[in-house]
Amino acid sequence: MPRRKKRYMEDDEVIVFDHVSKMYKENSNYALDDVSIRIKKGEFVFVVGESGSGKSTLTKLLLRELIPTKGNIYVLNYDLKRLRHRKVPKYRRNIGVVFQDFRLLRDRNVYENVAFAQRIIQVSGREIRRNVPRVLATVNLAGKYKAKPNNLSGGEQQRVAIARALVNRPSILLADEPTGNLDPKTSLEIMHLFEEINNAGTTVIMVTHDKNIVNAMSKRVITLNRGVVVSDEENGVYIDED
Amino acid sequence: MKISTLFYTLWQGIKNLFRNKLFTLASIATISSCLFLFGIFYAVLANFQNIIKTAEEGVCVVVFFDEGISEDRIGEIGEMIKKRGEVSAINFVSADEAWESFKEEYLGEYSEGFLENPLADSANYEIYLNDVSMQNSLVTFLESVDGVREVKRSEMTAMTLDGVNKLIGYVSLGIILLLFFVSVFLISNTVTIGIQVRKEEITIMKYIGATDFFTRAPFVIEGILIGLIGSSIPLGVIYFLYNRAIGFVTDSFSVLSQLLNFLTIEEIFKVLLPLSLAIGVGIGFFGSFSTVRKHLRV
Repeated sequence: MPRRKKRYMEDDEVIVFDHVSKMYKENSNYALDDVSIRIKKGEFVFVVGESGSGKSTLTKLLLRELIPTKGNIYVLNYDLKRLRHRKVPKYRRNIGVVFQDFRLLRDRNVYENVAFAQRIIQVSGREIRRNVPRVLATVNLAGKYKAKPNNLSGGEQQRVAIARALVNRPSILLADEPTGNLDPKTSLEIMHLFEEINNAGTTVIMVTHDKNIVNAMSKRVITLNRGVVVSDEENGVYIDED
Repeated sequence: MKISTLFYTLWQGIKNLFRNKLFTLASIATISSCLFLFGIFYAVLANFQNIIKTAEEGVCVVVFFDEGISEDRIGEIGEMIKKRGEVSAINFVSADEAWESFKEEYLGEYSEGFLENPLADSANYEIYLNDVSMQNSLVTFLESVDGVREVKRSEMTAMTLDGVNKLIGYVSLGIILLLFFVSVFLISNTVTIGIQVRKEEITIMKYIGATDFFTRAPFVIEGILIGLIGSSIPLGVIYFLYNRAIGFVTDSFSVLSQLLNFLTIEEIFKVLLPLSLAIGVGIGFFGSFSTVRKHLRV
């Protein structure tokens, strides 16, 4: 069982970055420098910043792809710094991930891409047949379950990725530049989908540098600059450094 | 692991073969080529060793006894020889048998002039060896035995056969090792390229929360299947080619067929079949296992 770190987290918190720093190579600059963030259950948070601000490092730390050089990260009572490699898969099943480039399995159809996430956690065939159509309906792709990713538009591919991230009912949905490859209209549709998911109770962390989206949504915005949190505001806006 | 997950993993392993047809074909071709060369070399080597062994079996040491030795003592000497580790068979030739054999071989009808056996003291033991390299130690022993007058041996033949045997041993070990390392290098390279193409899939699986086992299993099954198919093809080809090749050699060079004793394909396959399958499956297993491992740290 993962070690419980209740004393570091309030009951309503799902993510805590406690003075986290990350340095890739010894004596190099910190990619993240003394970052402290607390995120509550059900929140919708944008993490924004320019290239090299530390957004990707933050994402990788959340996915436990990296371990902090200093400080601790607690997610859903998992202590990520002390989490053993073999426990990482179980931890990741609590986090749905959506990427800018969709990362779908090109040789499998929509249904198989979503079912794949369920098979990994050894859900029975009967449950998969029940859950996959339900989640595909949620993202408005019920009619395209047989299509291969290459036959779908960018927006549709991102919906498949969102369905795959949601099918295991994660507590947290982590989206890394989910609208980066989409046109403005499709981006807005996808953002409404994320809002619906958030309204249903899932905590959404969205890493982006899409100013229009951030400003249109009026949610909590954490701004990173050269690895440091420069602002953290409720109903915030994208601070344009230019 | 659930039964359904086990079947899913197996099925994915089989499907992977068809998802990357080019990679599958390249891997199978590489394994097949290497194991075909290996099989051909093994068949030639096994026949060489068989020919040498047959020649060795004909090499014998002949022991003659002191004049007037008793039959009991000859029997005792025979028992002593049988107990030696170097000896594979022993054959007693009486003086009368020696004379009959000599007459038949050299004198023919001219032997009628002999009224008595001129080879009266030629009773002997023909001793056949397990290994011609052991001839010297056996001869040293025999010369020290009381009642033994003379020990005849074929030193030249024994040395030549022993030398050829050792040479074939060293050369074959060298070529087998070389072929093995070339096969491992070629096959692991092919697997590495194949896995590189699939790195994306492995990364996605890991991000979604797949365990290392779940991620690795379909690739390992795929590797094993490729190894199995890759080793079965050359075995099948060698099975059909071997008899034709032996038939061709014996038909075209009839002198050879009287001198040489070729092994049957069944005798060759007793070793080649399990060895080739083990190498193919082993390389498929370890190649995919170790290559996927490199990508699991996501």
